[in-house]
Amino acid sequence: MAFMQMTSPHAHRPGNTGHVMKLVILATLPGLITLSYFFGPGTLINVFTAGIMAMACEALVLKLRQRPVMFYINDYSALVTGVLLGLALPPYTPWWVIAVGCVSAIVLAKQLYGGMGYNPFNPAMVGYVILLISFPVEMTQWAMPRTLLAEGQALTGPIDGLAKMWFATPLDAYTGATPLDVFKQNNSQLVQHLYDTQAVFSTGRWAGAGWEWANIGFLMGGCFLLYKKVFTWHAPVSMLISLSLMAAMFNDGGSSNSGGSPLFHLLSGATMLGAFFIVTDPVSSATSNKGRMIYGAAIGILIYLIRTWGNYPDAVAFAVLLLNFAAPFIDYYTLPRTYGHNKARRGTEKEAE
Amino acid sequence: MRKVWDIHGGVHPPENKQQSMQQALASLPLAPELVLPLNQHIGKPAIAIVAEGDTVLKGQLIAKADGPISANIHAPTSGTVSGIEDRTLPHPSGGSGPCIVISSDGKDTWAELDACENYQTLDHNTLLEKIRSAGIAGMGGAGFPAAIKLNPRGNLKIDTLILNGTECEPYITADDTLMQTRAQEVVAGAQILAQLLGNPKSILIGIEDNKPEAIRSISKALSEVENNPIEVVSFPTKYPSGGEKQLIQILTGREVPAGKLPADVGVVCQNVGSTVAAYRAVRFGEPLISRITTVVGEALEIQRNIEVPIGTPIGYILEQHGFTAANVSRLIMGGPMMGFALNTADVPVIKTTNCILAPSRAEMPAPPPAQACIRCGMCAEACPASLLPQQLFWYSMAEDLDKLEAHNIADCIECGACSYVCPSNIPLVQFYRASKGAMKQHAIDKEKSDRSRARFEFRQQRIEKAEVEKEAKRAARKVAAEAAKAKLAAKQASEGDSPKTDDTADVVAAAIAKAKTQDISPEVQLAKLERALSSASSRLDRTLARAEEAEGEKKDAILARVKDAELKVSDAKNKLAEFQARENG
Ligand code: SF4
Ligand code: SF4
Repeated sequence: MAFMQMTSPHAHRPGNTGHVMKLVILATLPGLITLSYFFGPGTLINVFTAGIMAMACEALVLKLRQRPVMFYINDYSALVTGVLLGLALPPYTPWWVIAVGCVSAIVLAKQLYGGMGYNPFNPAMVGYVILLISFPVEMTQWAMPRTLLAEGQALTGPIDGLAKMWFATPLDAYTGATPLDVFKQNNSQLVQHLYDTQAVFSTGRWAGAGWEWANIGFLMGGCFLLYKKVFTWHAPVSMLISLSLMAAMFNDGGSSNSGGSPLFHLLSGATMLGAFFIVTDPVSSATSNKGRMIYGAAIGILIYLIRTWGNYPDAVAFAVLLLNFAAPFIDYYTLPRTYGHNKARRGTEKEAE
Repeated sequence: MRKVWDIHGGVHPPENKQQSMQQALASLPLAPELVLPLNQHIGKPAIAIVAEGDTVLKGQLIAKADGPISANIHAPTSGTVSGIEDRTLPHPSGGSGPCIVISSDGKDTWAELDACENYQTLDHNTLLEKIRSAGIAGMGGAGFPAAIKLNPRGNLKIDTLILNGTECEPYITADDTLMQTRAQEVVAGAQILAQLLGNPKSILIGIEDNKPEAIRSISKALSEVENNPIEVVSFPTKYPSGGEKQLIQILTGREVPAGKLPADVGVVCQNVGSTVAAYRAVRFGEPLISRITTVVGEALEIQRNIEVPIGTPIGYILEQHGFTAANVSRLIMGGPMMGFALNTADVPVIKTTNCILAPSRAEMPAPPPAQACIRCGMCAEACPASLLPQQLFWYSMAEDLDKLEAHNIADCIECGACSYVCPSNIPLVQFYRASKGAMKQHAIDKEKSDRSRARFEFRQQRIEKAEVEKEAKRAARKVAAEAAKAKLAAKQASEGDSPKTDDTADVVAAAIAKAKTQDISPEVQLAKLERALSSASSRLDRTLARAEEAEGEKKDAILARVKDAELKVSDAKNKLAEFQARENG
């Protein structure tokens, strides 16, 4: 009798890529919940819409490419992209904006490059940047956090929110400036003064109402993924450290020229979402641990540079895409030292015997 | 406690070691027929020194080592040699090779053995020779002839002897059993090996901390030794700590440089099984004819360790353990991480067989289809050699051999840790094996082409040289001719003008005449073409016949010649047809 033939190893750790992706989605929950708590259910609706649209795009392209649809959909990577995009968009983003974002992310940035594992750029960030450039108005408004609402004013409910998303009905509690916007536009006041006078700060604690908690939520999710060993600490931690160092260097003692304290930068904008859910995207990042440290650190520096001196209030997407470009270059110089070798090689170098 | 180092990466697969440890070490009734492959070790196959029909005694030498990197083979029991023939080998390739087949006579009569009580007094060479002639080859699985490792090059100073009792592969408990049941022999063996190596400073027995019983037994045996220089070192369980290079790193903190041997960093490493075999060889003159093997897996009713004669057919062993073929997902020789799947149970236990694993389908289901690599880097985290498996995979798919070399694929020990953790279920190691094969082939091809280029260049040079010489001669002749002409002219001038002959015209006429004679009659031409055709087709027949007989590489060469002959035949046919058409038309 002939037995089954296959090569070693015969044992395999339980779990698969779909499992990893599900963990990632699970880990976004604390952030998602805090965002929805402070800004209303807008982000939640975004996430649902984007998730479904992303999966639909993926299924469509797979069909066109004549690949087994269910096999690839089941790796949940499209869902992750959709969820991350949904989290990054302002609450109640109009549906057509989300649709353009999903098509850009899944079709342009992922499937056209060959699908899962072959995309040089982070799909969610490609989608985000394309939207930011194409729909600057929709993309630079944000819902007001619940702490800022006037007496008697309520958070936008799901009905109004959906109306805005589908029919572009304007909302009341909207177009609140984000803490990063406030800093960007300030050039005359001391930081302390900003914190006292601007509602978004005065009703918050460290880095703006709502935002700080959302960031802490994502930080928690990130720690969970670290604990689950879904990724290593190298890229996110070095990004957070470099961002803090930059902020500390240019904090300027809180003068009117200050770019904001390290804590402010750590807990505002998409910092934590970026650090633990975008920078850790393995496909488009550097490969080795050393490489990932460089990759993360460079993203941290770029985020600070663009936030403080660039044209956009937040910069995670741009910084990540720029470093996606540089990832192969980083890989080339950061091969780990192999057992039994005196030093690491370069990417193409042959060793002198 | 001695300091131990950590290795990079590693994984913790479920150990599954208790299944085979429930029962005591057992042995089986002798199998009626034992099959002994001539190549059970790394190196050259041994040379059979018995013939069909010979009677042999247990322990008698039946095949002699061919050169230093090879190992003797002895009869595991008494009986007759019923054949020396090709049988399926227990090898990943599933190919067959020459084996000596012994029909046992059931008496198990020993040949006379050369026991030695006071072996401590033996000199180095006698000791080494005893171990060499016992045919001991790495029993941990690699099968490297033990005697070579024990005799490192003269200038290398060995300061550490390591006995490998790690047994990091899941399921396997053969070494564990050995250490528990034969601790004294392990210790005595260690002393012999130490003596051979000039008593190195540290003599370490490395055991993973998941084998407390073994550690206790060995420690106890050591406590009975006077002035004991041997130390048991236990360290945290992690796969693949038992890899030779990894164990050396764990126990000494040293890394074996790429392309070098452990002896180059002053270390010699032997498996505990080989150590016991060495002891028995020296003390009792017993060659290596049996070993402890773990028989385990849920497709078996009985799971345990057995002491089994080398050459016992696996099918026979399975039968004795209540094997249900319908249940088994695959049959593995070795452990689940590095063992290989057998496609038939009709192969024997060999010196390196530490485990026969017959998992049920539930226990080891068929692997799910591989998904795309998401570059998550879990493989790199697990790799004990600090490689980047995901890059190796990428370049393997692209067949980019240069990049593979730059990424040190040669240092991959094929431990399978990367495949084990890969969430996309990519059979990474399979790709590396294929790429390593391709690189080897590439190296061979390159050497071949280098050699033929060298030959070509040499020929080219020779031709050029000949050309230059010819040129020189021609020039010399020309000078001489001119001189002669000048002389002649001078002479003619002195004799007056002679009539000029028109030799050019003559030459042309001669050429035409010659062409005329060559313009043969059509009949002759036809005959010639027919002859060519018949000779070409008879040649084709001949080569075809030869091709049928030939095998392997030769066959390819002959097939190429057949192709050639076919071309010639069709060429001749065409010419003939053309000629006929011309004549008739
Ligand atoms: S573990 Fe598998 S999926 Fe992850 S990087 Fe390695 S090969 Fe790719
Ligand atoms: S098989 Fe090779 S690449 Fe994979 S973990 Fe082992 S040494 Fe590293």
